[in-house]
Amino acid sequence: MAPERPDPDALLRKVQDEEARERRAKLKVFFGAAPGVGKTYAMLSEARERREQGLDVVVGVVETHGRGETAALAEGFEEVPKRELPYRGMFLKEFDLDAAIQRRPHLILMDELAHSNVQGSRHEKRWQDVLDLLDAGIDVYTTVNVQHMESLRDVVAQITGIVVQEKVPDTVLERADEVELVDLPPEDLLQRLREGKVYVPEQARHAIDRFFRKGNLLALRELALRQTAQSVDAQMRRYMASEGIQKTWAAGERLLVCVGPHPLSVRLVRATRRLAATLGASWIALYVETPRHLRYGEDDLARIEAHLRLAEQLGGETAVIEGGPAIGGDILAYAREHNVTKIVVGKPSRPRWRELVQGSLVDELIRDSGDIDVFVITGDPQADGARPILAPRPRSPWTHYAAAGLAVACASALSGLLFHRSELADIITLHVLAIVLVASRYGRGPSLLASALSVAAFDFLFVPPYYTFAVSDFRHVGTFGILLFTGWAISTLTERIRQQARLARSREQRTAALLRLSRELAAGADSLELVASAIRGVAAQFQAEAVVLLPDGQGRLKAVGTPPTAFLASDREVGVAQWVLEHGEPAGRGTETLPGGRATYFPLKAASGTVGVMGILPGHGTSWTDPDQRRLLEGFTSQTALAIERLELAGRHEEARRRMDEERLRTTLLSSVSHDLRTPLGTITGAASALLDPAGHLPPGTRQELLRSIQGEAQRMHRLVTNLLDITRLESGALEVRKAWTPVEELVGTALGRLEEVLSGHPVTVSLPPDLPLAPVDEVLMAQLLGNLLENAARHTPPGTPIEVRAWSTGTALTLVVADAGPGIVEGEEERIFEKLVRGSRHGDEPGSGLGLAICRAIADAHGGRIQAANRPQGGAQFLVTLPLDGLPPGPPPEPEEGAE
Amino acid sequence: MTAGPLVLVIEDEAPMRRFLQAALDSHGFRVVEACSAQEGTALATSHNPDVILLDLGLPDLDGLELARRLRAWSATPIIVLSARGQEEDKVRALDAGADDYLTKPFGTRELMARIRVALRHREGAAEGAPSPVFETPRWSLDQACREVRVLGEPVHLTPNEYRLLATLVRHAGKVLTHQQLLKEVWGHAQAQPHYLRVYMAQLRHKLEEDPARPRDFLTEPGVGYRLRWP
Repeated sequence: MAPERPDPDALLRKVQDEEARERRAKLKVFFGAAPGVGKTYAMLSEARERREQGLDVVVGVVETHGRGETAALAEGFEEVPKRELPYRGMFLKEFDLDAAIQRRPHLILMDELAHSNVQGSRHEKRWQDVLDLLDAGIDVYTTVNVQHMESLRDVVAQITGIVVQEKVPDTVLERADEVELVDLPPEDLLQRLREGKVYVPEQARHAIDRFFRKGNLLALRELALRQTAQSVDAQMRRYMASEGIQKTWAAGERLLVCVGPHPLSVRLVRATRRLAATLGASWIALYVETPRHLRYGEDDLARIEAHLRLAEQLGGETAVIEGGPAIGGDILAYAREHNVTKIVVGKPSRPRWRELVQGSLVDELIRDSGDIDVFVITGDPQADGARPILAPRPRSPWTHYAAAGLAVACASALSGLLFHRSELADIITLHVLAIVLVASRYGRGPSLLASALSVAAFDFLFVPPYYTFAVSDFRHVGTFGILLFTGWAISTLTERIRQQARLARSREQRTAALLRLSRELAAGADSLELVASAIRGVAAQFQAEAVVLLPDGQGRLKAVGTPPTAFLASDREVGVAQWVLEHGEPAGRGTETLPGGRATYFPLKAASGTVGVMGILPGHGTSWTDPDQRRLLEGFTSQTALAIERLELAGRHEEARRRMDEERLRTTLLSSVSHDLRTPLGTITGAASALLDPAGHLPPGTRQELLRSIQGEAQRMHRLVTNLLDITRLESGALEVRKAWTPVEELVGTALGRLEEVLSGHPVTVSLPPDLPLAPVDEVLMAQLLGNLLENAARHTPPGTPIEVRAWSTGTALTLVVADAGPGIVEGEEERIFEKLVRGSRHGDEPGSGLGLAICRAIADAHGGRIQAANRPQGGAQFLVTLPLDGLPPGPPPEPEEGAE
Repeated sequence: MTAGPLVLVIEDEAPMRRFLQAALDSHGFRVVEACSAQEGTALATSHNPDVILLDLGLPDLDGLELARRLRAWSATPIIVLSARGQEEDKVRALDAGADDYLTKPFGTRELMARIRVALRHREGAAEGAPSPVFETPRWSLDQACREVRVLGEPVHLTPNEYRLLATLVRHAGKVLTHQQLLKEVWGHAQAQPHYLRVYMAQLRHKLEEDPARPRDFLTEPGVGYRLRWP
């Protein structure tokens, strides 16, 4: 197997992808697990918000399905007129792509991404329309359910038994700039369904009823959660890749390694990791849970867990699936579903006869693998000593055996009553029934006993010669044999079903607990919240007291969040935790290391190493010897670790990004400032030297002109330097905001007074309601903000056009508006113009420092307010400053009304 | 021209001194210059100037402290020169006894206007009896009979409004800090500072043509108010 170079095509694709992303419009997908979770509602709510920000939002398609709340929300949006298409003798309305593109809104809402268009439309599918819209530079919001994702169709069909016809390629979801999961717990969804709040077409009612079962919903929800997590993950990785933070895997090859309790698995995992690295491929470690799983000892379970963790730490994905006794098929099915190209599997040395009898996994895989390559890695015979030791099957209590005897006795008694009126076959059937009942209730042992007893009773009572075990007719021996075999077969099958049910139950509990935790962790915005949810989760699941310790800058552990728990009071406990942090192994009570500790400490291991320690003081009667509990706990710790790491990474990205931004800004600032300072300096120096030139004879008019330009340029420099100082002080936080109750009129008056000259060419109208409350602002800063906005308006509009200043109050907020009638802001720049050194590309621009609006934003921020820019419907731009109003000042005490004499 | 008023310039920047010297000289003032607080104190004692221009950023002593020391023994009007963004310093200087301020960079016109106001107040203080009638093109105040007229029509003012107006008129052309006004109008500086703003707004509504674009009642942001004069 020659190592491959990174695929140049893949690199090129990535570059193109990124270029396209920058240029192309944004796609946001509202993603849900099932109909009725509220995707359309969420989309409309957000669209409404965007529209309030002044964005041009239109409705392409919105299916309200007659839901009142949703319809109310959709009200007031402009809708792209539908096109009527003839279809089987009638006319159907369909979304008109061309009209939408011609309308060119900023953002369009396209409900039901998976919808199939009426014949005669440009595309068959709505998602194709959406891609066209995006290509046309229009942002799109859309909704889709998880069952429509092409790659999940089979899974959904397996779960729900419904084959979904309308599907959306996964690439569309991958193309999305943002995927928002609209989540509703199944109970709530079912409640909404019962209340008739979920749209169900009549003809599909039957199918739908089957669909909306709680089990289905749970599974679909999990799928949706996972899918969203993947897309978030993908975004993160894309980001990390673009920041050069971590190598990413090129798409294409995907490896799968099968792990189990056998120690050979470690080698398999490592070998796969190496292979994946050379191929530049992603890889998955898979463990298949078979009925055998329940009988593994604690050591085996621990090893399985360790193998999966190892894979995770080496950068692989891990997966655990359920499978039957022949796991080859399950592995291949999983591999196909996940586009695996190569499977790595171990071949523990086993006697040849066992392979002949039991079949070999390797053979099975190779026979059915198709185009998937199978790599077999042979085990070290020395390591075979650690073969998994199966725990003895659980013993049934003696009462179950007694019950088995009783069941057979009953069957025999009943047969005795019917003996003369029935065939031998009926009697046999009656006994088989007893065996089935015993097997289903009491398990294997009692049912085997029941089989033996049945044969004995049958022989003794119903086969001549009666009341002896002797047999006269040799054919009956055959009957005994068949009866015995049937009993054994039934007991084996029933037992297997029982085991699988038990397995499923425990898996479900585990998954539910982990899901709960992961949802809480995902919601945690800082390490405090995150740790709090982890501690809550552990406390609820294990009835244990927990504490999370994270290392500080010097690597010393500190308890986070909770008030220090009693058990952590002693230095020794912290010492144990410190050991765990340094070695990455559990320690403390119930372990082999430092067992003297009161609590048990587990490392929080993530990809980058141990990020912290979780200490757990189990409640009464809880111990970590129960392997299932232990596994669940490890799931908890690893989830917590990953969440903490994610937070750290995000923090570091943020920091890196901030630094880069600062650096970039510094560079731009320097070049821009040096240019902006040099230009007036050049004029001043030139003019002054001309005036001073002893040889020159300047006419008085020219002298005056030169002097005036010196003054003008000096003023320009003064403005620039002032702005620079202001923004620096505002941003460094050195400026104290001194709020005082100030009449808005006074602020406006100050700003207008200062800008008399600049505004001389523009009629300015001021309309302030007489009952406008006093504003709690820093009058210097706020007058400057207004001044900058007015100056900005004057600068960017042709002379003679009016400028308006308005204000109103809603009781909780005060809004100030400066509006002009100029050419307006270039679309899509409404946010950007507030950035430093960005000069809005408005027509008739005069050079400005590009700092004025940035200062406005900084001032608004410092007041806890907001500033937004938008184009007015009647033309021109407007800037809205919203300031929070926090109560009103006490009015002046009434004066004795004596009047002025 | 040698008999023009004497201005003491205390400023450490030579170009600034040169500009002030030229501007003042061309307007008929006599000028003495000091480039440190020490020198300034000495000259103030020896020359008894009519107006002092004092830069707040002196190398040897805080300008604020110098203003306080000068004020301790001299009634000479002090005009403080400061950079923008030092509103607090201005307020402190004014409260410490300075009469007015100029924000750098400033032009000749502003400089002359301030000096004229300062001189007028000095003369007024010397004469002892200010003119009882104050008139602008729009409104007038007759302090003798406590009457305010706008465009010839009498206008009713509340007692506080009247006191505020009278205070501003008494110091016409000169900046008054919030503290100074509160003290003058309410008799103590502990009154809620926003009362002052409310009364000022009322006064503007009664006397100004367009209260959102005041012509006479000017705001000095972060410092106080000034009645335009002349």
